[in-house]
Amino acid sequence: MALDPGLVGRSYPPSAVYEVGREKIAEFATALGDPDPVYRDPAAARAAGHLDVIAPPTFAIVLSLGAGNVVVEDPEVGIDYSRVVHGEQRFTHHRPIRAGDRLVATAAIDAVKTVAGNDMLTTRVDLATEDGEPVCTTHSMLVARGQK
Amino acid sequence: MTPVRLADVEVGTELPEQTSRITRADLVRYAGASGDFNVIHWNERVAVEVGLPGVIAHGMLTAGIAARAVTQWAGDPGAVVDYQVRFSRPVVVPDDDAGAELTVRGRVAALLEDGRVRVDLAVTSGGEKVLSLARAVIALS
Repeated sequence: MALDPGLVGRSYPPSAVYEVGREKIAEFATALGDPDPVYRDPAAARAAGHLDVIAPPTFAIVLSLGAGNVVVEDPEVGIDYSRVVHGEQRFTHHRPIRAGDRLVATAAIDAVKTVAGNDMLTTRVDLATEDGEPVCTTHSMLVARGQK
Repeated sequence: MTPVRLADVEVGTELPEQTSRITRADLVRYAGASGDFNVIHWNERVAVEVGLPGVIAHGMLTAGIAARAVTQWAGDPGAVVDYQVRFSRPVVVPDDDAGAELTVRGRVAALLEDGRVRVDLAVTSGGEKVLSLARAVIALS
């Protein structure tokens, strides 16, 4: 099923606040096999010029996955999640995500196209503090493989 | 690791090669840490049913490991201002202790404005490219 080009620009209400915890950052860094102390030790992070431990560059996926679900589950988008694979991902950091951040995620549909029967859906998620400071923008392109 | 300085970098500067292994245990750990519990990353039966060769690594696990090569070279993960990847081939993770091998090579591809440099990565598993694009922009001083 081809995606409706009229979906481009559709935006969704902001998420609930996600509070970034030191332990979650450390858990994520460990899962990447990354021993960098800037992810675990507040003193090391401060020595590197940060206010608290910072998150790895791909940590924002934790929030953008959740926020992007509102798009995938939108019945008017009508994407078949069982056929979905991750095509592309981009993170644009306005500043590093750090422990103590209280972030709100806002999702919007950036692009849709259908190529050779495969639907491609690009979702943008803007992460900002609850006070409105922009922190990170993510773009996720999902591919729903067409039925043979 | 000593942070790399802008003055030491030119187009073509190579990053240290990084080799790591991804096992099934790593997939479980990453699923929990990221919240991505898609069954194709832990259930062989379902992975094969949907047409995959077997259990595959989360694309974002591969991308996250690849980013490590950049952050360790840059000396400060906070220096990464932009990171983008395109997934071209799944990393199949066998049910054994060795897992899959992932090799990350990188080179400075461009010097940008304001002390920023673009690093292009070549990420392979078993000699095959698994990311058709992997590119980071880092702010050096």
